[in-house]
Amino acid sequence: MQLTNRKKVLEQKPMTVAEKMYLPAIFNGLSITMRHFFKKKPTIQYPEQTREFGKEFRGLHVLRRDEQGRERCTACGLCAVACPAEAITMVAGERKKGEEHLYREEKYAVSYEINMLRCIFCGLCEEACPKEAVFLQNDKTVPPRFERDEFIYGKDRLVEPLNQANSKDNIKYRY
Amino acid sequence: MEIPVIAIQALIILAIFGITLLIATYCTWAERRIAGFLQDRPGPNRVGPWGLGQPLADAVKLFFKEEFIPANANKWLFIAGPSLAMLTALMSSAVVPFGNTLVLEDIGPIRLQGIEVNIGMLYIFGVVSLGVYGIMIGGWASNNKFSLLGAIRAASQNISYEIALGLSLIAVLMMSGTLSLREIALQQAEPLFGISGMNWNIFYQPLGFIIFLTCAFAETNRTPFDLPESEAELVGGYHTEYGSMKLGLYLFAEYVNIIVVSAVMSTLYFGGFNFPFQNEIGALLSNDPRIAHNIITILGTVVFFLKIFAFIFFFMWVRWTLPRFRYDQLLNLGWKGLIPLAIINIVLTGGFILLSEHFGW
Repeated sequence: MQLTNRKKVLEQKPMTVAEKMYLPAIFNGLSITMRHFFKKKPTIQYPEQTREFGKEFRGLHVLRRDEQGRERCTACGLCAVACPAEAITMVAGERKKGEEHLYREEKYAVSYEINMLRCIFCGLCEEACPKEAVFLQNDKTVPPRFERDEFIYGKDRLVEPLNQANSKDNIKYRY
Repeated sequence: MEIPVIAIQALIILAIFGITLLIATYCTWAERRIAGFLQDRPGPNRVGPWGLGQPLADAVKLFFKEEFIPANANKWLFIAGPSLAMLTALMSSAVVPFGNTLVLEDIGPIRLQGIEVNIGMLYIFGVVSLGVYGIMIGGWASNNKFSLLGAIRAASQNISYEIALGLSLIAVLMMSGTLSLREIALQQAEPLFGISGMNWNIFYQPLGFIIFLTCAFAETNRTPFDLPESEAELVGGYHTEYGSMKLGLYLFAEYVNIIVVSAVMSTLYFGGFNFPFQNEIGALLSNDPRIAHNIITILGTVVFFLKIFAFIFFFMWVRWTLPRFRYDQLLNLGWKGLIPLAIINIVLTGGFILLSEHFGW
């Protein structure tokens, strides 16, 4: 009875003279390896060369500012809720008088921390954000560090620098 | 002997010692680079230009590692093992003729060779067969099953293949009529088809060369015959328990053995320090026969080293091409394949020598 047509009959023929001599097979193998010897090596010499990231690459987070250089984040906490790795924590605060040029709305994030060791770079925070504040950049990765503390990124490292925000080209919307 | 002659001889011996070790050092680098290239990757290229500092870094690493001796090991034999392996490997380079003679006006001819003995080939055989003791003692003294298995494998493998090695050599010795490596090399300087320095034994002994080459792989414990240290089955084989520079000595001894075997193969089958058109090139470069002779000698030494390098490359090339033989295949090949072939080779060579004497070829 045949159940499948994947059956293969194992052939065990006695070795021919050429096979018993080993030499033809050895020369064949040597020629194959020699061809590989002269092939171009696909290695990327990492710290000096880096592979190009794709357009959709999800790398290091950034907290965007708006056109006037004010922080967009209102500490609503949706990103923290969306985060499957629970990597985001934040403390909300109320904007004082005279701080209107710093924060766009009345509520802002006093502290905003992402633990890059927990983060799985899924991009759900980016999708959850109603204010278009948090983004994953497609050209930066989290650099290696020796201490665990250094992987907890605070606002000092997440909020994008002021001069960068003013040039509109730098804002990479991905939708 | 006069003092300058002794001094020059000492210098030559020192140079041979140093060069052998230097080449062995860079063999570790070359092995990894070649392995990389054969596998479509660049290999170690970080330490210095093209990774040339890698052997130094490796040596520093090995020297600074803990000198570890297992509790149940036989301490003295544990140390004696790698020392013996290294000693025997280095001893055999003494009789290899690295070049012809340099003729100096007031001192006379100087042989570019450690010592010239008329039993050079026999000496190399004796020393090489001692080499298995280093592995055997090291493997036994480790008091470890894997080490012992590796050592036993090494012993039986080396003994089996030494027979075929010796038999394949007898054919060459029958042709040359001498055991001295220098004599064998000089005999190959004759012209063949009008090309001087081309009378290489490979043209008369192709079968013998293939047998010798195969046995050389087995004698140096290189893939496809690296069963004594087969990682997949025996952890590390005879050097499972070894670390730091003692392991380094074992690995080093393997490379020195490869160099010596390559040198012997070049001498026996590939004309040693002779190269094609050597007389014509010498005559072209200088009218003074003495200077011409010296120039050919120096060029010949360079060529000899190139031949050694080519063989070393071949050894590595084969290592990263062929998979390991199974143990029964190894012994079958040795006893049922190579030994009968070597005997047939001897008979054929003897027949041809008789015929050529009879007909006066």
